[in-house]
Amino acid sequence: MDGHLIASTRLSRRHFIVTVATVAGGLAIGIGSRGAEAAIVAAQPWDENAYNPNEIDAWIAIDPDDSILIRYQRSEMGQGSMTALPMIIAEELQCDWSKVRIEYASANRNHRENKVYGDMFSNGSRSVKGSQQKLQQVGASARERLVAAAAAKWDVPAQECRAANSVVTHTASSRTFRYGELATDASKIKLDKEPAIKAPDQYTFIGKPMPRIDVGHKIDGSAKFGIDAQLPGMVFAAINACPVPGGKLKNVDESVLRGAPGIIQVVKLDDAVAVVAIGSFWRAKQALAKLQPEWDVGPAGGVDSAQLSKEFHAALDDTAQTVRNSGDVDKALPDAAKTFEAVYETPYLSHSPMEPMNATVHLQADRLDVWVGTQDAYEATEAAAKAAGLKPEQVYIHNCFVGGGFGRRDASDEVVQAILIAKVVQQPVKLIWTREEDTRHDKFRPHAVVRFKAGVGSDGIPNALSMRVVTSSILATVGRTFPGLKGPEPMAFAGLANNGYTIPNQRVEVVIKNTHLPVWFWRAPGANQHVFAIESFLDEIAAASGLDPYQVRRKLLESKPDWLKVLDTAAEKGDWGKPLPKGSGRGIAICEDTGSLCAQVAEVAVSPKGEVKVNRVTVALDTRYQVNPLTIAEQAEGSVIFGLTAALYGKITIKNGMPEQGNFDTYRMVRLAQAPKIDVYLVPSGGKAWGGAGEPATPPIGGAVANAIFAATGKRIRSLPIMDQNLSSTST
Amino acid sequence: MITITVNGTQHQIDLEPDTPLLWALRDVIGLTGTKFGCGIAQCGACTVHINGEAMRSCSVPIARLDGASITTIEGLSPDGKHPVQQAWLAEDVPQCGYCQSGQIMAVVAFLKDNPKPTDAEIDANITNICRCGTYERLRRAIHRAADLMKA
Repeated sequence: MDGHLIASTRLSRRHFIVTVATVAGGLAIGIGSRGAEAAIVAAQPWDENAYNPNEIDAWIAIDPDDSILIRYQRSEMGQGSMTALPMIIAEELQCDWSKVRIEYASANRNHRENKVYGDMFSNGSRSVKGSQQKLQQVGASARERLVAAAAAKWDVPAQECRAANSVVTHTASSRTFRYGELATDASKIKLDKEPAIKAPDQYTFIGKPMPRIDVGHKIDGSAKFGIDAQLPGMVFAAINACPVPGGKLKNVDESVLRGAPGIIQVVKLDDAVAVVAIGSFWRAKQALAKLQPEWDVGPAGGVDSAQLSKEFHAALDDTAQTVRNSGDVDKALPDAAKTFEAVYETPYLSHSPMEPMNATVHLQADRLDVWVGTQDAYEATEAAAKAAGLKPEQVYIHNCFVGGGFGRRDASDEVVQAILIAKVVQQPVKLIWTREEDTRHDKFRPHAVVRFKAGVGSDGIPNALSMRVVTSSILATVGRTFPGLKGPEPMAFAGLANNGYTIPNQRVEVVIKNTHLPVWFWRAPGANQHVFAIESFLDEIAAASGLDPYQVRRKLLESKPDWLKVLDTAAEKGDWGKPLPKGSGRGIAICEDTGSLCAQVAEVAVSPKGEVKVNRVTVALDTRYQVNPLTIAEQAEGSVIFGLTAALYGKITIKNGMPEQGNFDTYRMVRLAQAPKIDVYLVPSGGKAWGGAGEPATPPIGGAVANAIFAATGKRIRSLPIMDQNLSSTST
Repeated sequence: MITITVNGTQHQIDLEPDTPLLWALRDVIGLTGTKFGCGIAQCGACTVHINGEAMRSCSVPIARLDGASITTIEGLSPDGKHPVQQAWLAEDVPQCGYCQSGQIMAVVAFLKDNPKPTDAEIDANITNICRCGTYERLRRAIHRAADLMKA
C-alpha cells in the first residue's frame, strides 16, 4: 500500500500552514518490517473538525471504504497509549486493525457534549486502567449496532449474525456486509441494553505486542509537537519569570532594546517579562537576555538548600499525621532484639522533558485556538478559557504529540502565559521556554526526608517499622484537593505505607512542610523517592543481621504470591547470588505503584576512584493485565533510565531562593554511555484490578543501585544523588 | 543575506548573522523536524548534516554557512526508508519521539565512518540525550542499521 498524500488548502489561521501531510506515512514506511497490520495516525494528530459525517458515535466513524476512525481521549507522550487504547476498542469492535486511523478526541467537543469522552488526562499511569472498561464498552456497543443494522437489512434475528474482521456475516446464509456498508444505519440504532464486554480470558487482540502507531512520524520529522505549530502572521515570544518562584516583576527598562531587530513588544506580566519578536524565536530570546528586570522576591530570596535541608530534618520532630498504624510500634520497638534508625533524604528534581514548555495561541474576540502538547486537554481548555475570558466551548485545544510529560504537562501554566501575551500583542503567538526557563520554572519533584526506626527479632527479621516523612504538598501547588481526601495527600507517603512487607507493627506518619518552591507530580509521585529510602533501609537491616537482602524480602513477602513472583523473577533472571568481580555488586528492590508490582536487580561496578557504572538492570513487572506488552516493556526500560538519572545525578539546589541548575550541562542526564543493559520480564498476575505501566518501574531503580553499591563497596547511600557521595576506596 | 541549500533547495536567509541554523530551519524555512532541546549543543535534538557532517544546529550561526549544503531529517531519504529509519521502525525505538530526529541524524553520520561499530564506539560517539530512555532499543537499532547498510 502506498502512502497517499492529502493536500489541504486550509489557510485559516486556525490551521497549521504545513498543508501537506503524509497521512499514511507510518504505514508506508512500516509495511516491510512490521507487517500489514499497522493502524495509522496523522502527523498532526488532533481532530481538526471534531465531527465526522460517518460517525457511529463520538468515538468511532466508519467510512464507506471501511476505513475506521477511532478517537483517542488521552495524550501520547511516549507511553504508547495512543496505540493501546484503540486496541481495546478494536478488540470488541472486531475490526481490521490495518484500516484503523486514530485521532485525538476533541476536548472542545467534550465540553460541548456533556463529557462524552470522560476525563482526558494522562497521568497516574491511568490511561489504560482508567479507560479499559469504558473503551471495551464503546467497541462492543458499536459492534452490536453494526450487527443490528445488518440483521435489519436481512430481516433476520441479530443472534444469527456475527461480526469479525470488519464484516458482519449471517451464518446460515453466508451473506455478508462490510462495516462500511452498515455505518450509516448503525449510527441510528439504539440498543435495548448494552452488550456484555469480554472478560480478559476472551481477548484475542488485547495482549498482543503491537508496534506503536506513531513511530513512522517520529523517524522522518513529520510528527507535530506543540513547538512545531506555525500560523500565518505568527510572532515569537521568549519569557523570563521571576528567578525566585513566587516573586513579582517590579520594573524593567525596555530602552536597552531600542534598535534591536524584529522586536515588537515587551510584555510585562505579574511575575514575568516576555519579549515578542517577528521572524524568529532567536530574536526574542536574545533581546530578553539583554533585559535586566527588577524583581520583588520577598523573604524567599534568602532561602538556600542547606537551610531547607536543616528545616526538613528538624521537622521530623514536629507533630505528624498518622496515615498507617498496624500493630503497636511503640510497644514492639523496645522489645526488639535489636533496633535500627536511619534518616534518608531526596532532593528537588526537575521533569526536564526534551521538548521545553511551549504553547502557540490564536486569540480572537470569540474564539481561542491553542496548539500545545498537554497531558490534559480538558483541563487545559478550562485554564485557557479562564485566562482568555472566554467560555470553554469557545476554546479549541489542538493537542499535539507531547515531547515528554512525566507529570509536568498537566499544569497549563505555559498556556496561560501565552494567552496573556497574545492579549497584549493581538497576533498569533508562539511562546517557547528556553531550557533554562524550563528547568528553573519547573514545578519540582518534592524534597523529602524520611526517618526510619526498626526492630528485629532474634532471627534478624524486622517485626516493627516506624516511618516518618517530611515533605511538601503537591496539592498545595495545584490549589485544590482530591475529592473525598481526608488527611495528607497519598503522594506524601506513597512507597512507604503501601510496602508489601508482612511486618506486624508498622506506622507511617507525615509532616507536611511547604516552602516557596512549587512542587508537582513527577513520574511515580512519592514512590519515586520513598522506595529508594525504604528499600535501602531494609538492606541496611539485612546487612547488619548478616542476611541475604533477597531472602529477607522473600521472608517478609512469603504470604503474597504476586509479590514473590516479581521478586523471584528479578532475582533469578538477574543472576542473584552468582559471583561477580571485586568492586562489583548486585542490589535488589521491590515496590507497588499504580496497582502494579515491580522488582529490579541492578548490577554495578565501582572503580577505586569511586566512579559508578551500572552495567545491567533486570526488571520484573506485574501490571496485572496487559494491552500491549511491547509498549509496557518500553515503559519499563524508559522508567529505569528516568529513575537512574535521578539516582545518579538528579538534584535541583536552591541559592538565594533560586533554583541553580539550568541546562543539561548542570542538570545531568544519563546518556547512551551510562545506560545499562536492561532486561524486562513481564509477569501479569491477573486479579480484580488493572495496574499501571508508565510509572511503576521508576521507583525501584534508585534503591537497587544504592544497594548494589553497598554490596560492591560497603558504603551505604542515604541521600541522593549518588554522584555527590564519595565512594572512592580510600574514603571511609 | 545568507544563501544555504537545505535538502537540495536553495534558501535566502534574512536574519541576523549570529542566528543559529536551528532557528533559520524552523522559523524561516518551516522545517520543524529538527528540534530545539537545549540551545547549547548539549542534547543533540537539533542535529543536522552540514556539508555531510553531523552538527548541532542550535550552536552554528548562519554567518558561517553561506553556500553550505544542509540535510535535515526531512531530507534524509525520499521515502523514509533510510536503513537507519528502517532499523528504528523495526526496533520500535521512539517513545515521545522528540529527540529522535537528532538521534537518527547523528547515527547516520556516525555509521558512515564506523560501518561496524562496537558498543564502546557507539557510547563514545552517540551522546544525544533521550529523556524517555530509549537507549536499549536505540543501541540495538544502531547495530541493526549497520547490518542493513552492509547488506
